[in-house]
Amino acid sequence: MLAVKDVLSSLEQDNSNLIKALQLIQEQEGYISNEAIKEIANYFNVSPVDVEGVVTFYTQFKRIKPGEHTICVCDGTACHIKGSPLVKNWIEEELGIKEGETDKDGFFSLEVVACLGCCSLAPVVSIDGKVYGNLDRKKLLKIIKQYRNGGAK
Amino acid sequence: MIKRIKVGTASCGIAAGAKDVLEFIKNNVTDIDIVEVGCIGHCYAEPLVEVETDDGESIIYRDVKPDKADLDKILSLSDEKRLKVRNERSSRELIMVTKLAGRISPVSIDEYKKNGGYEALAKALSMSPKDVVDEIKKSGLRGRGGGGFPTGLKWEFLSAKESERKIMICNADEGDPGAFMDRSLMESVPHQVLEGMLIGAYATGATDLFIYVRAEYPLAVRNLGIALEQIKNEGLNNLNGRVVDIKIKEGAGAFVCGEETAMIASLEGKRGNPRYRPPFPTDKGYKGYPTAINNVETFGNVPLIIKGGADRYASIGTEHSKGTKLFALAGDLKYPGLVEVPMGITIGEIVFEIGGADKDKVKAVQIGGPSGGCIPAKYFDTPIDYDSLKSLGAIMGSGGLIVISSDRCMVETARYFLEFTSRESCGKCTFCRIGTKRMLETLEKITGGKGSLEDVAFLEDIAGKVKNGSLCGLGQTAPNPVVSTLRFFRDEYEKHVVDKQCPALQCNALVDLYLNQDKCIKCKLCIKNCPVNAISDDFVIDCDICTRCNTCMEVCPVDAIKRVPKGGKSE
Repeated sequence: MLAVKDVLSSLEQDNSNLIKALQLIQEQEGYISNEAIKEIANYFNVSPVDVEGVVTFYTQFKRIKPGEHTICVCDGTACHIKGSPLVKNWIEEELGIKEGETDKDGFFSLEVVACLGCCSLAPVVSIDGKVYGNLDRKKLLKIIKQYRNGGAK
Repeated sequence: MIKRIKVGTASCGIAAGAKDVLEFIKNNVTDIDIVEVGCIGHCYAEPLVEVETDDGESIIYRDVKPDKADLDKILSLSDEKRLKVRNERSSRELIMVTKLAGRISPVSIDEYKKNGGYEALAKALSMSPKDVVDEIKKSGLRGRGGGGFPTGLKWEFLSAKESERKIMICNADEGDPGAFMDRSLMESVPHQVLEGMLIGAYATGATDLFIYVRAEYPLAVRNLGIALEQIKNEGLNNLNGRVVDIKIKEGAGAFVCGEETAMIASLEGKRGNPRYRPPFPTDKGYKGYPTAINNVETFGNVPLIIKGGADRYASIGTEHSKGTKLFALAGDLKYPGLVEVPMGITIGEIVFEIGGADKDKVKAVQIGGPSGGCIPAKYFDTPIDYDSLKSLGAIMGSGGLIVISSDRCMVETARYFLEFTSRESCGKCTFCRIGTKRMLETLEKITGGKGSLEDVAFLEDIAGKVKNGSLCGLGQTAPNPVVSTLRFFRDEYEKHVVDKQCPALQCNALVDLYLNQDKCIKCKLCIKNCPVNAISDDFVIDCDICTRCNTCMEVCPVDAIKRVPKGGKSE
């Protein structure tokens, strides 16, 4: 929990920094643990349930430890009409997990996001923030394979 | 001679491979200045590389690959691969707000200044704050975030308040799926947005400025942050002796936070629940201080108005909608991208002339995102302005414009938006929380082939209740996608519930996949690729096993497999 304490001490003790604190901690730890919630509540002098309330309100925050790589399927309007439900199915089949889950090796997690803002390249997914566009099944599986072989950055 | 090379590295460009192109050029060209620029709006042709020559000429190359052949074309100023902006587009666009986007380095304050940047701020500082507010009022600028509230009026409310602290927030929480105007502006010309904010702070007496930006836009956050540092270093946030504080706050993924009272709650570090108005934020906002919230594009317009004068600005557009509007054009069309058009242009001009959509195939546009509606092709001569769109049951929204062709199902489109709003409902109001969920279930029933005419009537009834029973804009507008599709595409709903058919062949439960044996060349690619082994060795698809994933259709080299109405074996 040293990292959490370090993060908190860099922020002013003003409640308006609570979301920022959660973001910085998630950046370091990958998710928000029970311990982190207690530390944050302590630091901002609010109850843990208030922090938990904020965590569950915003889709950005995760309570489950994510895999090494996070795949985000964009389901914005443009991607949706260009077939993002299929893209999601293909990934779910390939990884054997559903949206919001991490595969059994802890390698990939799958998320669905509202819009990555690259509508002209629809359908798109992002892996660890890198966007891959104009996907079809073959292209998608090739990208996943690249990650598995350690060939993609 | 080539003076410098610009590579477009906004999000769209990067997704298309612009970083690889940039790296390749940097590794192979050492004697020419290479800069990264933002977005020029021609997303269909990314990655884009622009060459500036000594005599001021500018040539843009499209679909550039990171290889020697393409680099040679660029360096020799070859005619090949040049981006030729079609006359249909250039004659209808009016580039004002995005004039510098993709032309200058987003993170160079010097370049922004060289191109007239911060002249508007200087001019504003030589005027009285009241005159600045009056100028904005006179220009007729209305909020570009969707609501269309007159910006000058909002500023007048804030400036009239007496308070030790006054807050001005830039709403950069562009959460509508299908919209990327604000992202593009922040990534490409962050200084222009900041200049608009500084002018606003001077005019209204705001002391604390926030930019509430989506965390999903990392490049926008980065570029704004760099620009902000530069402003502070040069003391540009010193407004005639009064230093204002500007902070960037990252949102955490909640669509409802685009609503102003929810955004204020979120900035205070709370759950983003909207609250009842009044008191309006200009009376009681962030931490109780008077607060004005304007959208990114609204701020982007401000420097133009101050610099060029309100009269000139107000000469563009229609009687009640002035200036230009950015649209994020996507969907079933040939040239998706970011376009800037004068208010009053027709939907058809945008879709067909600028977007190059197929006149025979387009059946509607979806405008305004989850709060907006679908407008059928027969109304495409409607001018784009706040009031005309409202009369058709849509809204201007922030500027997402999705073209829908005849092979898309309108019921499915409505279902998609309700899925979004039911997920994003904050849960405070019963009608929004439960009503959107019930609407979604009913739509799923219809697209799943189990709907009845009573379900359609139920949708109409509950839509009105959700609209009336919700506190904020999210709930009040959530039924719009259903209401507008019911209004214009009722026949599609009826086909689903009465005939159990999806005319667009999109709803999987109402569709079979059919393999035409006469066309089939027995290559077995479909059998090999089918993820659920639904295709027999004698090339018959078992529709009970088939998941309608379309993989076989994609791999088939002779197009022998087609989607057909359920139960129908022929085309």
